[in-house]
Amino acid sequence: MGAPSMSIDVARIKKDFPILGRTVRGGRELVYLDSGATSQKPYQVLDAERSFYETSNASVHRGAHALAEEATIHYEDARELIAAFIGAAPSNIVFTKNATEALNLCAYAFSNATALARQGAPGRAIDPRFVLSPGDSIVISEMEHHANLVPWQELCAKTGASLRWFSVDDDGRLDLSNIDALIDETTKVVSVVHQSNILGTINPVREIMARAHAVGAVGIVDGCQSVPHMPVDIADIGADLFMWSGHKMLGPTGIGCLYGTTEILDAMPPFLTGGSMIEMVHLEASTFAPVPQKFEAGTPMVAQAVGLAAAVRYLTDLGMPNVAEHELALADYTIKALTSIPGVRIIGPGSAVDRGSAISFVVDGLHPHDVGQVLDNEGVAVRVGHHCAWPTCRRFGVPATTRISPYIYNDESDIDKAAAGIVAAQEFFGVAK
Amino acid sequence: MNLESLYQEIILDHYKHPRGRELLAAPLGAAHHVNPTCGDELTVQVAVDSDGRLMIGYEGQGCSISQASASVMSELVTGLAPGQSEVIRQAFLDMMRAKGTGEPDEDVLGDAVAFAGVAKFPARVKCALLAWMALQDAEIQSGLLTQQSKDGDS
Ligand SMILES: Cc1ncc(COP(=O)(O)O)c(C=O)c1O
Repeated sequence: MGAPSMSIDVARIKKDFPILGRTVRGGRELVYLDSGATSQKPYQVLDAERSFYETSNASVHRGAHALAEEATIHYEDARELIAAFIGAAPSNIVFTKNATEALNLCAYAFSNATALARQGAPGRAIDPRFVLSPGDSIVISEMEHHANLVPWQELCAKTGASLRWFSVDDDGRLDLSNIDALIDETTKVVSVVHQSNILGTINPVREIMARAHAVGAVGIVDGCQSVPHMPVDIADIGADLFMWSGHKMLGPTGIGCLYGTTEILDAMPPFLTGGSMIEMVHLEASTFAPVPQKFEAGTPMVAQAVGLAAAVRYLTDLGMPNVAEHELALADYTIKALTSIPGVRIIGPGSAVDRGSAISFVVDGLHPHDVGQVLDNEGVAVRVGHHCAWPTCRRFGVPATTRISPYIYNDESDIDKAAAGIVAAQEFFGVAK
Repeated sequence: MNLESLYQEIILDHYKHPRGRELLAAPLGAAHHVNPTCGDELTVQVAVDSDGRLMIGYEGQGCSISQASASVMSELVTGLAPGQSEVIRQAFLDMMRAKGTGEPDEDVLGDAVAFAGVAKFPARVKCALLAWMALQDAEIQSGLLTQQSKDGDS
């Protein structure tokens, strides 16, 4: 077991997470290494959500009573805090159900604008950047989560635009050598992942966004795996749109965030429509509220926003640079632990440089499902499968991988247990080298 | 719950030494099934020999449970009269849905009783069923089985 990180006191942090005290599978201590899928929640987040319901629960932005006023203040204060976490202004943050919904919101801005333009909708300002036709292109990468792939495939099917992608090299890095050919005058959207959930790669998104803007395309970055794990300054990235999910950063399920520049959000037609997102409603037609309300139809997830704000406070207290440092050290430790086991191969960058702590691997002669099962039997929770990045698995010629994804409540001893479990799996199936 | 109850010797043996794992030269019907949560894939083909008995071809990749299940299935149903495979398939489904309770009928299920323990691991049930679902679709496709019997069991 290595020396604990200076700034992140894992033993103290663990005490904040009640679930980490439970046992699984007949009394085994839980070793949770699946935070890439979803993180666990500290008391501070659970308490914030509970306290909101106990003291201030009401519908926001409507009603004139005291509770409605308090609830609205909690909701908007949460937005302010969460926005500041990535260096944004509150009016540039839209709350969604999760990152998947935020990505669909973006894709639908294009299909809705295209449909409105075809219809010649009178009185509607339609920004030509969002109108697609055959000959246009959308650029993604070979390491996207399905959430940043399938909505664009659907958009292509609806508009005749074509999908292009950056390929991934053997070390799990994006091949940017053809960036100028890939992102060209036909390109209307460039949407890439900041940190890959399957490979762990941190991509040079600033450079990619700069090229997107050089050709007038809308630049989108999927920050699902970066915001929870490293300091993110949105101005540094230069994306027009950027999204992440609250549940992967200690927050509750049911809330995600979409950042957009004012100029882009104003230009985008709404996604979901109905109450709360309108300005004026007549039977014939309606006008829409300014952003961010334009994109928040219906009763929003207030308690979840309050919970997510508590998560932001928790992470801010730890210090995101410390979180990133802790995870880089764990990534380095994990890579060394895994590569020292004969028959184990890492899928993704083989060094702790420009990568996060999510580490995928395959074991010769063993299917990931079987590896995961043996680990589970030892109390070690990992993810197995294609991690919603099936094309990435195909790229590496594997049907699936096993993934270790630690967070602030994990230390080297957890990685040691996972490594021991992998050896146990090899022995159980008789494939040890 | 321990690993041995899931990974019975018979399962490990079929996984390491799959029986009849090859494709047919002239299949009457085939089905390719995937388990989208983990990426297991399996192609199952059916044909009948000159006596009208079932022949099975299969090929795939995936976890030990899915691949061993395909191997056990092919042994069990090869040589049966078309339609008889449904009886075994139904018994297998019942066993998988029993969550580890009840006594599977070894006379009907043969080696497949080894999968009884899988029923206690909900995440693995789909792996065990993959081959049997693909077999049913292949039989429907070949005309050896009607769509009705498929609709009936769910
Ligand atoms: C990189 C990436 N993008 C998108 C998503 C989708 O997030 P959610 O399922 O919370 O919408 C995930 C989470 O699995 C992810 O890791």
